[in-house]
Amino acid sequence: MIEPILAFDAARIAYRTRAGDRVVVPEFSLDLRAGEAVGLVGESGCGKSTLAYAAMGYLGSNGHVPSGAIRLDGADIAAMTEAERARLRGARAAMVYQDPMSSLNPVMRIGRQLMEVPIRHQGLARDAAFERALAMLHEVELPDPGAIMRRYPHELSGGQQQRVVIAMALIGEPALLILDEPTTGLDVTVEAAVLDLIAELRVRHDSAILFISHDLNTVARVCERIGVIYAGELVEVAAADELFARPRHPYTRALLGCLPSRASHRRSAPLAAIPGRMMRPEDRPVGCAFAARCAFADAQRCTTTPISINRDASGGHAVRCVRAGELDPWQPPVDTAETHSVMQTGEPVIEARALEKTYRAARLLDAGAGHEVRALDGVDLSISRGETLAVVGESGCGKSTFAKLLSGLEAPTGGEVRIKGRALGAAAVERRPREIVRALQMIFQNPDATLNPSHSVGFSLSRPLKRLRGLAPARRRDERVRLLDQVRLPEPYAARRPGQLSGGEKQRVAIARALAGKPDVLIADEPVSALDVSVQAAILNLLAELQDEQGMAMLFISHDLAVVRYLADSVAVMYRGRVMEYGPLDAVYARPHHPYTEALLSAAPGLDPSVARIRLRGSASDATPAQAGCPFAPRCPRKQGALCENETPSLQEAGGTHVIACHISLDELADPPALDEGSRDG
Amino acid sequence: MSAFLLRRLGFLLITLLATSFLVFAISEFAPGDVATKILGPYATADQIALLTEEMGLNRPMPVRYLDWLGGVLSGDLGTSTLFKQPVNEVLWGRLANTGLLAGIAFALIVPFSLVLGVVAGMREASLRDRSISVASIIATSIPEFASGVFLASIFAVWLGWLPGTSPLSLGGDWSVAQQLVLPVAVVVLYDLGYVVRMVRASMVEVMRAPYIRTAVLKGLTRSEVIFRHALRNALIAPFTVILLQINYLITGVVVVEAVFAYPGFGRMMLDAALAQDIALIEAGALVAVVIAVGTQIAGDIGYMLLNPRIRVR
Amino acid sequence: MSAASALVLFHAVARSLLLLRYSPVGLLGAGLVAFWVIIALFAPLITPYDPLANDYAALADPGPSAAHWLGTDNLGRDLLSRLVWGARSLLAIVPLAVAIAYLVGCLMGLAAGYLGGWVDALLMRVSDIILAFPVIILYMIVLAHFGPSAINVVLAVAFTAAPQIARIVRGLTLDLRNRDYVAAARLRGERPLYIMVAEILPNTRGPLIVDSCLRLGYSTIAIGVLGFLGLGLPPSDPNWGGMVKDSYALISVYPHMALIPCAAITSLVVGFNLLADAIRELGQND
Repeated sequence: MIEPILAFDAARIAYRTRAGDRVVVPEFSLDLRAGEAVGLVGESGCGKSTLAYAAMGYLGSNGHVPSGAIRLDGADIAAMTEAERARLRGARAAMVYQDPMSSLNPVMRIGRQLMEVPIRHQGLARDAAFERALAMLHEVELPDPGAIMRRYPHELSGGQQQRVVIAMALIGEPALLILDEPTTGLDVTVEAAVLDLIAELRVRHDSAILFISHDLNTVARVCERIGVIYAGELVEVAAADELFARPRHPYTRALLGCLPSRASHRRSAPLAAIPGRMMRPEDRPVGCAFAARCAFADAQRCTTTPISINRDASGGHAVRCVRAGELDPWQPPVDTAETHSVMQTGEPVIEARALEKTYRAARLLDAGAGHEVRALDGVDLSISRGETLAVVGESGCGKSTFAKLLSGLEAPTGGEVRIKGRALGAAAVERRPREIVRALQMIFQNPDATLNPSHSVGFSLSRPLKRLRGLAPARRRDERVRLLDQVRLPEPYAARRPGQLSGGEKQRVAIARALAGKPDVLIADEPVSALDVSVQAAILNLLAELQDEQGMAMLFISHDLAVVRYLADSVAVMYRGRVMEYGPLDAVYARPHHPYTEALLSAAPGLDPSVARIRLRGSASDATPAQAGCPFAPRCPRKQGALCENETPSLQEAGGTHVIACHISLDELADPPALDEGSRDG
Repeated sequence: MSAFLLRRLGFLLITLLATSFLVFAISEFAPGDVATKILGPYATADQIALLTEEMGLNRPMPVRYLDWLGGVLSGDLGTSTLFKQPVNEVLWGRLANTGLLAGIAFALIVPFSLVLGVVAGMREASLRDRSISVASIIATSIPEFASGVFLASIFAVWLGWLPGTSPLSLGGDWSVAQQLVLPVAVVVLYDLGYVVRMVRASMVEVMRAPYIRTAVLKGLTRSEVIFRHALRNALIAPFTVILLQINYLITGVVVVEAVFAYPGFGRMMLDAALAQDIALIEAGALVAVVIAVGTQIAGDIGYMLLNPRIRVR
Repeated sequence: MSAASALVLFHAVARSLLLLRYSPVGLLGAGLVAFWVIIALFAPLITPYDPLANDYAALADPGPSAAHWLGTDNLGRDLLSRLVWGARSLLAIVPLAVAIAYLVGCLMGLAAGYLGGWVDALLMRVSDIILAFPVIILYMIVLAHFGPSAINVVLAVAFTAAPQIARIVRGLTLDLRNRDYVAAARLRGERPLYIMVAEILPNTRGPLIVDSCLRLGYSTIAIGVLGFLGLGLPPSDPNWGGMVKDSYALISVYPHMALIPCAAITSLVVGFNLLADAIRELGQND
């Protein structure tokens, strides 16, 4: 039998704290053989990153492995001296991190940071190390590697930084590559390209891979075996196809059930959210940790004795569940509805007309010499009562600026906003009439910043009731209870402070706060992107229900096409401050597409099966802003030449309200692009 | 870069004007005082009036301010009423004495604070860190006059190794070098603790940064991680703090000079303030502001050079 | 609203003190401060003599004795009594000066950070100018001119500390003003003053508690120094810096007269600074 590269052998991982040992991982076993790629998936706080760092023997001064062992190349890494570990790190095992910017030394040039590894581990001379680093940068497909060698990290885009980190990990030819959420925080098109690169390099370098992520779909694009982690325990492990086709653990099934996909929609195929939340590691019960949230839990068998993980006959599929054999076969969700958007007619509640925002970026330390940045460039959109308009796009596309201009948090530099028929000119919220202020409310992305940590939940809800509806104190208390109930939170939560709430609960309170003034328009700026998938599903469903009940118009800002497909009635795709495509949900998600929409859909596989694999070069922030022409032209795989670069495309009507801003004819856009051989995915 | 420098120099000019005018205004609450001070308590009212007239003291304050300003611009800082000689002849010698004290202290503070701060911050919460931290907190907590008293009672009174006063005069029992030991010790003790804590805080922050984790997980040795990756990052923030100490060392050492009767800039200012010697106070204030703003500008420039992220092309 | 803020502050302070049980050094600091606070509070009950009364009989041997536990000063005044009354005046003046500085500094910092624009530019240029001027020289010019008095000392210390606090609060405000809860407050039509005081200010408390503790230490040193330079309180009032000034010339004969007040002020400042460090350290590890 061949020795595995990495073996967790009943490893227990704990941190020493003032209150004693905090066990994060009670007992973990997993083997990783040469060339094999295994993904570990779980929600935040499940201990997956701890496992990654434990494999590198890096648990900080207070982390330790009280029992079991973690073996790298057969040697127990926890028992080594720091010097012994240092000889293995970078040479036998290397790591790619979540946030590439902060993982690179800000005051050291890229070249030196790369060259260090071969100098240290392979004893190369400086020239040889330089050549090696240059070749490696070439291999991760960075443009002009020679120039990149001389750059500092802040001079590269996020996607380029992550390629550098990957190059730095692979330059020592490690047998094991550990990836800790390597694409979280990158734009979808950049993420897709980075994942492709990892899959390709993995084959070329024959490295085993341990891929840690919160996202089942991401992991499945690189790994052939996937383990699901819950509260520090491996609850199910199987081949990737097998796991998606025949998940056996109720938690795996629940995770798959709450992932938005082509087969889910708020009205015709709602997501099944997982009730409750994951316990803290120290509160782990004797029996199954998931039992408290499990629809199939049996109080007798699930919670009284420790549950062991059992393999099936073939040995490839293992489950930690006593009832696994008794559950019905897995039925993947299906959505049979033909159309999804319920298009509302009538006067728009809120309108943007030729809306523009130009920021004058003052250069650091140099007053006056600033340059202008067009964040929003002539956007016309409107939303009717009961309608959800989703604005999608990557970072920097202007979607959040759009939300801020509509809400009045910032004043536009051109065009105007109309709410309920009233023209507001360039007025920020402070200058808007009271009735208009009440009519528009907002929910935000970051659950930790949405509520004032100094105020109780009750205060946060009472204040808008007083300001926006002028209610007397007694009425405010009654109304507060009603609001909490509306977002499914029990009454005693009014006394809590945000520090005592989970991310999902904070978002619920924020929704209740936004609804306090009975708004006509609700703006939701990435409200679920910071939440775990199980919580995300619950919040999406809550928003959908509340909207159906109260008939508000909703503007939903998101980077996630799957979430948008779940919730929206109409969709606007934005790129560099302009709307590239707009129309009813079903029209935007089916051909003809704008080439950019096509690329976005291709980066999030499974949403439109007719879309081939399209990979964009670079990222939206790389290219210099074009003065004229289509903003997407520099990255467009279907670019027509000078026309696209010199002339701004006008909107082509593609049936109904569906419009596409592109020079290419609709007939041509209706066909998948003709790609070079090799870049098409079968 | 040049625009930045111009802006900072403009700020220096504005600050000089504002402070000199304010000092002038404060000193003007009782204008007759100046003549009285010069002539002494036995002068008659007529004599005072005559001198007031002669010195132009009865003109409106803004006019006299402009007059003074004109003098300053032509290099004439006026005449000290306390020392009865031109300010130019008093000021620079005193400043040189303080410069000597400050220079020696600075030369000691920089290396010691860097070494101690880095050593403490390298391993947060280790015994070494705790000892250095607590010792520096205690050192900065002792007021200069108190440490002056402590050191003087031990080394001058009890052991008799060093002089208790440092008038920098030759011909006594003590050499200038011996006279300098205690004042320098007091200044270093008080200031070192503060700078050590700044360096340590910066080092601790850097050691927690993800790029240090990257360096460790590349398999670099501990000394490579510290010297190659941590040190330069850890020195960016304290650089400005260290330069600002020059400001404290020259204009803030009044107490030490008073304790040891050291003939420096600070004591000159104290005497001038107590004697309401406007010309001397004004000149000293100008010098102080130039040093303060000058070190700030130097600090900003150094910070830009050290940190590639804000390097201006 | 202000009651709520006060409650929040009280909670934060109480929590910090509770956490101190994990930090022996912090506990020592808290103990030193508490010791002097108690002494100051009960000064009239503890002191054996009038701090201004001269016992010329004791001048023959002013060292510690049964009658005068810590001895007397050069004018035969009981050192223990002067020390205790000195603590009382110091611990009245220092917190008052720091409180005034905080009131002014917080308002300046909030306005500069939240309102931005010309308000920010004006307030920050003014603080830059005050900060550029060496503190100790400023004290000398102002106090030498207006004469020694408790009020002048308080105002001088507050005047130089306020811009420093304003900078800290401005920095925190610049960060906090971009939080979504501030956006939510604007979207429900709250006025700027409400947002500054009710939404932003309470969340600056963490760094400000540490800073206020350090500042109490600095201000104690500053007031001691002013006393030592003869610029602080009127000469007759017992104050620690002044006691050192009066007895420093006699250090070779009667060192206790200067050493005792020096030890007192050092212990109080060490107390404040150890406490501040422990609170900062414990706040970080949360």
